[in-house]
Amino acid sequence: MSDTADRVAKIVVEHLGVEADKVTQDASFIDDLGADSLDIVELVMAFEEEFGVEIPDDAAEKITTVGDATKYIEEHKG
Amino acid sequence: MRRVVVTGLGLVTPLGGDVETSWANLIAGESGAGQITRFDASNQKCTIACEVKGKDHPWGFDPDKRVDHKVQRQVDPFIVYGIDAAGQALEDAGLTDMTDAEKERTGCSIGSGIGGLPGIEIESVNLHERGPGRVSPHFVHGRLINLITGQVQIKYGFMGPNHAVVTACSTGAHSIGDAARMIAMDDADIMLAGGAESTINPLGIAGFAQARALNMSMNDRPTEASRPYDRNRDGFVMGEGAGVVVLEEYERAKARGAKIYAEVTGYGLSGDAYHVTAPHPEGRGAELAMRMALKKAGLGPGDIDYINAHGTSTMADTIELAAIKRVLGDDLGGASMSSTKSAIGHLLGGAGAVEAIFCILAMRDGIVPPTLNLHDPDDGTEGIDLVPLKAKKREVRAVLNNSFGFGGTNASIIMQKVD
Repeated sequence: MSDTADRVAKIVVEHLGVEADKVTQDASFIDDLGADSLDIVELVMAFEEEFGVEIPDDAAEKITTVGDATKYIEEHKG
Repeated sequence: MRRVVVTGLGLVTPLGGDVETSWANLIAGESGAGQITRFDASNQKCTIACEVKGKDHPWGFDPDKRVDHKVQRQVDPFIVYGIDAAGQALEDAGLTDMTDAEKERTGCSIGSGIGGLPGIEIESVNLHERGPGRVSPHFVHGRLINLITGQVQIKYGFMGPNHAVVTACSTGAHSIGDAARMIAMDDADIMLAGGAESTINPLGIAGFAQARALNMSMNDRPTEASRPYDRNRDGFVMGEGAGVVVLEEYERAKARGAKIYAEVTGYGLSGDAYHVTAPHPEGRGAELAMRMALKKAGLGPGDIDYINAHGTSTMADTIELAAIKRVLGDDLGGASMSSTKSAIGHLLGGAGAVEAIFCILAMRDGIVPPTLNLHDPDDGTEGIDLVPLKAKKREVRAVLNNSFGFGGTNASIIMQKVD
């Protein structure tokens, strides 16, 4: 797993209070990890903070899995 | 009217993370006060408080027992305390496994005086320093006062009355009184009722200090600072925590063989119509509330065995006492009266509920908790049993619990043993 993927997973575990082994790259925030729409807003803020990227609302709406987040961050971080 | 009884208790206090630890420490004469550890209070006029202790302390509170990790991250501490106390009360009542029909007839009335002040403070600074885009999406519903009730009803699937009182330091008492009426009026069969508070944060301490309500002269002697009725009292000590009771319709509780702690027989409410922070100098509002509660209970002077006074360790203590004398007689009709705020501080919106539970335990165990630090009783206390310094054994069959709040809001609750 890439360094980005590790750090994304760590944030997801911390914010959603889920078991680390459930946080696979394929895991859907809502369907697999029990998040609601507000949790996703909070996660996006945490990703922005951790990686120094800006994730606009229209991009954030397309992030539904852990892998989506990792990919977006890999592509946009400085 | 349907009768209403108490069948479950839950406490989070500076003396313990559960009912029995809090009660044992209270009876032993322990104090929950100390220097503030929650934040650096060195620039505050008041540096002391009665904090709920962490889980590594022998009297500590472990939030992980009943509150989801995710919820803990999103909400202010008063909500965490409230959810836990509600869970304790449900477990104590043996009501953790209800049918859907029962859940539709189960509600909550769990309030707070101030609500999520620590979170409001943190997010205000965040907004100022980092901008609106950094404010938490959980900011609003993690601070709202009715979100103990909301969280508890979501967690347990309760679909009855979803209510939360906000009457400053009378909140806990009003919560129980209002909920009892909802059962009496057939709006619900079971109600979780109580209050919670946690405002030991820089803005909370500074605000009450500036209002000249806190003790600021005994920062070097925290366990001696809360001293109701003592001549040297000088303001209250801030406490935090939660108290929640399960109220249940009497016939239902009896039919299921529930443990019945007490019956809620009297409830009185009034307003002072006088001043935003100071009580009416003659305690007229307090007197009205107590008279109403006695009338509802059908009791007279001489029938009350124990009074848990509002007694905040301020000048208002003797105003309350004078009002009680007018209602019950110069000797309080033989009742013992103490202020447990001497040990746990003032839990504001949680106070009335926590103190109602202490009243119930006094009836259960035949022992009344002490008024700590009462070495030099003030004028007007002669001939009255204020239970100084040490707990005292006595039979307790009827209790009166007073709560008064900013805005001139008064509530009195009477509970009695059920034979």
